[in-house]
Amino acid sequence: MMDKGRRPGSFYVLGAFFAVFVLFLYGPLSAIILLSFQGPSGGLTLPMNGVSIYWFTALFAQQRVGDFWGAFQRSLFLATLVTLLTVALSLLAGLAFRKRFRGATALFYLAVASLIVPSILISLGIGLMFNILGWETAWYSSALGAHLTWTLPFGLLIMFAVFNRFNPAYEEAARDLGASGWQTIMGVVVPIIAPSLIGIALFGFTLSYDEFGRTLLTAGVYNSLPLEIYGMTTNITSPALYALGTLTTGFSFGVIAIFLAVSLTLRKRGHLPFERGATAAGSPA
Amino acid sequence: MRLGTRFSAYLQVAPLTLVFVGFLVFPLLAIVVVSFWDYTAYTMVPTFVLTNYRDVLLSSVTYTAYVNTFKYAGFTWFFTLTIGFTVAYFLAFHVRTFIWQLILFLICTVPFLTSNIIRMISWVPFLRRHGIFNSTLQAMGLISEPLEFLLFSDFAMVLAFVHLYTLFMVIPIFNSMMRIDRSLLAAAADCGASDGQVLRDVIIPLSKPGMAIGSIFVVTLVMGDFITVRLMSGGQSASVGLMMMNQIALLQYPAAAANAVILLIVTLLIVMAMVRIVDIRKEL
Repeated sequence: MMDKGRRPGSFYVLGAFFAVFVLFLYGPLSAIILLSFQGPSGGLTLPMNGVSIYWFTALFAQQRVGDFWGAFQRSLFLATLVTLLTVALSLLAGLAFRKRFRGATALFYLAVASLIVPSILISLGIGLMFNILGWETAWYSSALGAHLTWTLPFGLLIMFAVFNRFNPAYEEAARDLGASGWQTIMGVVVPIIAPSLIGIALFGFTLSYDEFGRTLLTAGVYNSLPLEIYGMTTNITSPALYALGTLTTGFSFGVIAIFLAVSLTLRKRGHLPFERGATAAGSPA
Repeated sequence: MRLGTRFSAYLQVAPLTLVFVGFLVFPLLAIVVVSFWDYTAYTMVPTFVLTNYRDVLLSSVTYTAYVNTFKYAGFTWFFTLTIGFTVAYFLAFHVRTFIWQLILFLICTVPFLTSNIIRMISWVPFLRRHGIFNSTLQAMGLISEPLEFLLFSDFAMVLAFVHLYTLFMVIPIFNSMMRIDRSLLAAAADCGASDGQVLRDVIIPLSKPGMAIGSIFVVTLVMGDFITVRLMSGGQSASVGLMMMNQIALLQYPAAAANAVILLIVTLLIVMAMVRIVDIRKEL
């Protein structure tokens, strides 16, 4: 695989296509990051008018934006809750799916349905259900459930991919040495699949932190950050909007970097080789 | 022991099941129930009427919205599939070391994990009347007047969809391609197949499951979208999601619910047509 001699001409054509694709992905984002560092007279497009952090300070002046900090804290807390629940519930369900149980197929289709039902329907349905039951919607109840319908299917599908490639010899060895069921799971299975669990956690956190459609009718009185940002897009027509984009994107990049670093450390510590299956295991479908 | 194993499986799967039942099944049932309710200016009236469905099905607005939404879904599907396939093909067959595949794959994945709304907004500096595209084209002498159709148009919307969702194609197609036995390609080449023939007769047929999964993701995401349509079209285009959001804003929940039921049926029909091509569970 490593060296098959000279690369064919198509490599360079496709390589150029890939480069343009990466530019397409990152170009617009880089533009708003650049533009958010303009001077006070800056506008919404290039060229830059001076360089400053004026628009970042403007962002934190209370009268300009709504409850930016409150929304950020709520979203952070909500995403953390969603992450923990997604990892725990996906792991448990993944273990269950390795055995045969009644309703496994139905549950699998329910998970797939959860992925493909448009988010606006989940939002509307949960809103109506709470309304009928006479409950108040809130970010920590209705929105939490709404987010889980989006993150759990990803978690479950990743667990399927992981256990399809899992070598049961490790568990059998542990059992032969006298480990209980619980010891086998916590001492053998979990450490081996830890990098994939980190992958599920990353998906859970970022999908929840950025979710808009499912939060819209379920968040209740207090906005999550994406709702707050959406509100700002209609009110703010200055580079402060770009400053906001820079901050939240920077935060997302930071989160991704932390998760990747943890995952790499776990791989190294466990002396697990990079397997070919690892990429597929980290993919949502 | 066997009984114990089965019992523990039910315990392990119970929390997940409860979430899906409580936050997917019951809410969808609530939508179906409310779609038969009546409403006044401020309240819903629990009863059984078919007026919501009649209003939806007899309104030309509905059909315009569906035609528009299918159009957006079709264009988005075409571009995401073409771009996604090419990118996955490059990663799977032209990048030779696993570590580089991983790095390039991560580069494609990172933007997907950032805010969709911010990614939409990030097109504003490019597409404005005096934005980067227009000024570049003018500087090159290609156009004399700024192009008006860039921002707040169907063009901007499809561009944003492709930008947001191409990764949903790349991942499953890449996954399918990585499972293709490389000796098949060598065998085809040994039998005298050209690169084009290998692509057409070996790689594309074996990548179809990935393409189907990606297509399901992209089409269902576009079918239910309202935020991209609202932000990128400047409120000038009507989609199914936007039509529902307008009814929700007017507190006409039963009308929105009837629309939702129809959208759900249409979406499921599309997905069932696509699933015929592929057994999703075998692909993991």
